[in-house]
Amino acid sequence: MTHSLFHKIWTPHAVIARQHGPSLLYIDRHIVHEGSFHAFNQLRTRNLSLRQPAQVFGVPDHYVPTTGRRAKDAATAEIGKMITQFDHNMIWGGIPHFPLSDQRQGIVHVVGPEQGITLPGMTLVCSDSHTSTHGALGAIAFGIGQSESMHVMATQTLWQIKPRVMRIRVDGTLGLGVSAKDIILAIIAKIGAAGAVGYAIEYAGSAIMALDMDGRLTVCNMSIEAGARLGMIAPDDTVYAYLHDKPQAPKGPLWDKALAHWKTLRTDDEAHFDREVTLDARDVKPMVTWGTSPDAGCGIDEVVPDPADLKDAQARASAQQALDYMGLLPGTRLTDIAIDHVFIGSCTNSRLGDLRDAARVLKGRQAKVPGIVVPGSGLIKAQAEAEGLDKIFTEAGLQWRSAGCSMCAAMNGDIGKPGERIASTSNRNFMGRQGPGTRTHLMSPAMAAAAAVNGKLTDVRTLLGAHA
Amino acid sequence: MTKPQTATTFEPLTTLTATVAAIPGPNVDTDQIIPARFLKKDRSLGYGQFLFHDTRFDDAGNQKPHPLNTAKDQTPKVLMVDENFGCGSSREGAVYALADYGIRALVGTTFGDIFHNNCFKNGVLPVRLEATDHARLMQWVATLTSPADITVDLVQCEVRWDKDCAKFTVDDFWRECLIKGLDELSLTLSHTQDIDTFESQYQSRFPWLVANKA
Repeated sequence: MTHSLFHKIWTPHAVIARQHGPSLLYIDRHIVHEGSFHAFNQLRTRNLSLRQPAQVFGVPDHYVPTTGRRAKDAATAEIGKMITQFDHNMIWGGIPHFPLSDQRQGIVHVVGPEQGITLPGMTLVCSDSHTSTHGALGAIAFGIGQSESMHVMATQTLWQIKPRVMRIRVDGTLGLGVSAKDIILAIIAKIGAAGAVGYAIEYAGSAIMALDMDGRLTVCNMSIEAGARLGMIAPDDTVYAYLHDKPQAPKGPLWDKALAHWKTLRTDDEAHFDREVTLDARDVKPMVTWGTSPDAGCGIDEVVPDPADLKDAQARASAQQALDYMGLLPGTRLTDIAIDHVFIGSCTNSRLGDLRDAARVLKGRQAKVPGIVVPGSGLIKAQAEAEGLDKIFTEAGLQWRSAGCSMCAAMNGDIGKPGERIASTSNRNFMGRQGPGTRTHLMSPAMAAAAAVNGKLTDVRTLLGAHA
Repeated sequence: MTKPQTATTFEPLTTLTATVAAIPGPNVDTDQIIPARFLKKDRSLGYGQFLFHDTRFDDAGNQKPHPLNTAKDQTPKVLMVDENFGCGSSREGAVYALADYGIRALVGTTFGDIFHNNCFKNGVLPVRLEATDHARLMQWVATLTSPADITVDLVQCEVRWDKDCAKFTVDDFWRECLIKGLDELSLTLSHTQDIDTFESQYQSRFPWLVANKA
């Protein structure tokens, strides 16, 4: 019997395995943040307590200020209350956590891997849809709602229907100026925002395995934008080398034992997939989105598409609505679109590799528009400063902030103004996502840096000296 | 010690005949269903007022053209929706908003996976129709000039409208929860011994996953 990576992890986690309908799945780790307060309120209302508080980990990220490290630095008192409420919930539940004042604080999906909380072969959940990020270490990791979060805290399990499995292979070598973000934006543009609904994605192929951890985390992060609740990559030496010195990774004989198990976590050659998708890395260009759904993206050297070219009336109406919202005309060259603001950050693109990519473009140059750079964790911030990246950003005219979700979730007060056009390294270009009326173009950190330099959407390859 | 309260508060759902409204367009994300800034509100305030807030109301709070604003005093309990409704963020607030507004059933083709699960915990039935049935029903709703009822029958697993009907499937597990007005927590707690046994075997098999106590 041959098995996929997904099945090799799912099967040993089934407390009750049912052929049809949901199985009761054991959950190894559960990460919570300020937004999890509904789950805590449900626990209290129902007189429940946590079954395994040590398997829960908390860190505030969605509502935290990026200009200070105290609840009272929050944009409003109501937002500040979310942070103090988080602290109270952590103490109430006896949950290990990093408060805002801890240097290790950061975005849940940055801190989990960075601390070695996330390990290969695990099931990991968090009440945030980008929990798929953690699949980059070879884990089943998915976002859940507040009721599911309450259920996990009370029972350490979840009833889940086993998804179908899709393999996405990306082979070949990426061109200069093309990154993991471009790979995942190209995948989403190809299969659509609903392309992987009901599936678990396994990413494979030489271009995926050539990515470093930061790049792999970016790819798995946006699985949800293709509709998949989870995405994963088989663990290999890149993962083991990354995890080896992480604070919460196993040590000594336990490491050896874990490693022996992790090495079995690869898809068998003849394993069945319900759907296979392939992409040639050489065809991937620097990508940018033009619409209000993450699948509305294309290469930077293209033009805004014409809704009239679409056959389906509903699709035509939706595309037109998106262009109206974005204030764009069909046929406009993407590189002619002026921007008002830049955001470099989020659980998609706030790791050290992302900041280095952006800094490489910004070094010795000036940004024509304002913008903020928000590292994914306090530790990344310190490392970036040790490398002098903060100086490159501030000398270019961008603000260097402290860790949090910031303008991606736009819940902490870091928001754009109505009508503002934002070049953003985040994951969602939904209407109003970065503040009511804001217009978001998604792209890689290098592309966002290039947009900052020219004050308009820009093919970063022209700034790297490699004209397409 | 007080006994854990395992029943949820939603009304059992069996057969619902109620006014329908349509939210057309694919990929309606949970940010549209409830904008982020309302998610910090206490649930006791009622989330129905936030449903589709930024497409229903302008900055001054005046109504904008929206299917829920034209419904007037006929508050719909069933929403016709399109492909991938509820995609995006895992925010359960999106379902709180629908449930608190009074929506008990969504009739579409596919739903965002996390949103789909969240619906069942709050007594909202997400109906996945075959595309052809869905198109027929959507077309009928589009021709309506005044509020009309449709029937969502969870016992027979069918949707009935006009002189037409369409079958749907829903997993028996979640169906039973909705019909009884329960979420699955009580069932899980009845398996506590199974979880205990599993956990101890699991921890000896994967000792590196045993968490250090805080």
